[in-house]
Amino acid sequence: MIKTVARVALPVDEMLSIKKQRISSGRSTGKEKLKRISVVTGIHGDELEGQFVAYELQRRINAEPDKLCGIVDIYPAMNPLGIDSITRGIPAFDLDMNRLFPGNINGNMTEYLAAEIIKDVKGSDAVIDIHASNIFLTEIPQIRINELHQDRLVPMAEKCNVDFIWVHGASTVLESTFAYSLNSVGTPTLVVEMGVGMRITKSYGEQLTDGILSLMKSMGMWSGETKEPRKPIVSTDWRDVIYLNASVGGIFVQDVQHWQSLKEGEVIGRILDPLSGKVLDTVTAPEDGLLFTIREYPVVDEGSLIGRMLKKDVCGL
Amino acid sequence: MNKKTVYKIKGLYRDDFRVTGYEFGSGKRSVCIVGPCRGNEMQQLYVCSQLVKKFKQLEEEKRIKKGCKVLIIPTMNSYSYNIQKRFWSTDGTDINRMFPGYDEGETTQRIADGVFREVSKYDIGIQFTSFYMPGEFMPHIRMMKTENCDVEMAKQFGLPYVVLKNIQPFDTTTLNYNWQVWDKQAFSFYTTTTKRIDRASAGMAILSILSFLAQQGIVKYQGPMGVESEVIEDTDLVTVQTARSGLFEGLVNVGDEVKIGTPIANIVDPYDGDIVETLYAPCDCRIFFEHSDPLTYANTVVFKLVRI
Repeated sequence: MIKTVARVALPVDEMLSIKKQRISSGRSTGKEKLKRISVVTGIHGDELEGQFVAYELQRRINAEPDKLCGIVDIYPAMNPLGIDSITRGIPAFDLDMNRLFPGNINGNMTEYLAAEIIKDVKGSDAVIDIHASNIFLTEIPQIRINELHQDRLVPMAEKCNVDFIWVHGASTVLESTFAYSLNSVGTPTLVVEMGVGMRITKSYGEQLTDGILSLMKSMGMWSGETKEPRKPIVSTDWRDVIYLNASVGGIFVQDVQHWQSLKEGEVIGRILDPLSGKVLDTVTAPEDGLLFTIREYPVVDEGSLIGRMLKKDVCGL
Repeated sequence: MNKKTVYKIKGLYRDDFRVTGYEFGSGKRSVCIVGPCRGNEMQQLYVCSQLVKKFKQLEEEKRIKKGCKVLIIPTMNSYSYNIQKRFWSTDGTDINRMFPGYDEGETTQRIADGVFREVSKYDIGIQFTSFYMPGEFMPHIRMMKTENCDVEMAKQFGLPYVVLKNIQPFDTTTLNYNWQVWDKQAFSFYTTTTKRIDRASAGMAILSILSFLAQQGIVKYQGPMGVESEVIEDTDLVTVQTARSGLFEGLVNVGDEVKIGTPIANIVDPYDGDIVETLYAPCDCRIFFEHSDPLTYANTVVFKLVRI
């Protein structure tokens, strides 16, 4: 059943509505409430990987509706104006929606929408917030967890069939994200990053859908067949990750595959100057490790992120 | 005057990106005035350009106190001005969400780091900035409400208001906040407009800066001392929100004093011209902030008012 979570009239003959699909099966028994999982995506309008997951999860559940015991809420477009206009933030306001939570029911339009979304999602037994990096970087399917909430969230994340779980340090500025706001009120929320902005990587979508069903099974919400989730690499120490930033502006061309293990000194790619025909810099692996983030958009400024590597000790190379 | 490059990034097809500063006087690094981070802050850029001009004159006339150095950085983001974008030209990030910066980080983190290394050497920091919502303000000084903030010093600008801002998580990556963390006195200066140049309020800003610096003993200046500032907290401001979307027709101006019940704006249906909503002053007040775009959304704060 499609429900409207929040709606606001726009200035010229248009209604902005944030909608969700609710699929439910089974009944509450006595004091036992039906479990609820919420799958949320589209907070950033240029991140589309979650669109396929929203569809695929419904397709699989609808194929075996008797296997569901609980409530599945799917929110495919938290930022509908952004998705429709290929805009990362909220158009017209130039705001990153993921810096507005928990919102304010009496605040301006964007804060009001954020507050209505939190009100609707709060109380779920699990929330999956699907992101797709941005247009610049491709990410291996991973879940990112604030260290403040790792005890509760890492065991859940391990069910989700991702390749990597990244427990990162607490940061004040991240306190206004959707996930932090929900986790801080006791609604466990996992942030998935996978693929790249403005594209859909079908294999990643299928992988995550397998994982969501696996998580639902562990919660007693799904009795259909599931795949054994892959064992993710778990990093809890910020020193596990190596950042590769461009030393100079130019055109980056990669020479290795994403999610490839690399030896120290191995060439990851080159930064070219097409005007002079010269190689401005050669980007190499500073030590042995696994490349889990790679630059997708070729134009780089000095400082642009080229990639991220996991050190060999944490990934067991 | 010494024109210097505070930070530089080599461009690929564009000219190199430069953050340019103008130093006046010599000796102790006394005050740093920083212009906009965002490419649509036209009024703020204009004010800084006029300050550079004024300080050239002050230096020539030996009116900068011996042993005091002043640095003015008209903007941190020339690239975005030239393509008329608000945020960083390639990845859309906001430099004023990157402080104190990181020299091995991403591009805007590096710019923030390069600028902060320079500006954090000065005892006093003044930043010309703008609000995230389109609108016009009563000129005021805004400060983060921290243990370090010196309200009495802020009053020396002689502007009608000093606003103390209660810190939100996103504030912790702004220049103003980090200046204060580094034990400097930091002031965000809001003039009336953002996207358009308002010469009167720009002139007021220049007089205010000169008056402040004269009281600090940094420049010799005799002129209007401004007014006695009223100190308010951002949470004291009374907000007026729309309930309906449509064309915004303001009926009052920033700075106006209005009685409770006075109509202050109409929201007009963009198709048939009907007034779909009239907003009224909820108290006797002065208009502190007024929405300035022709369109408005429902649930949007279009006025901030100071009770009188």
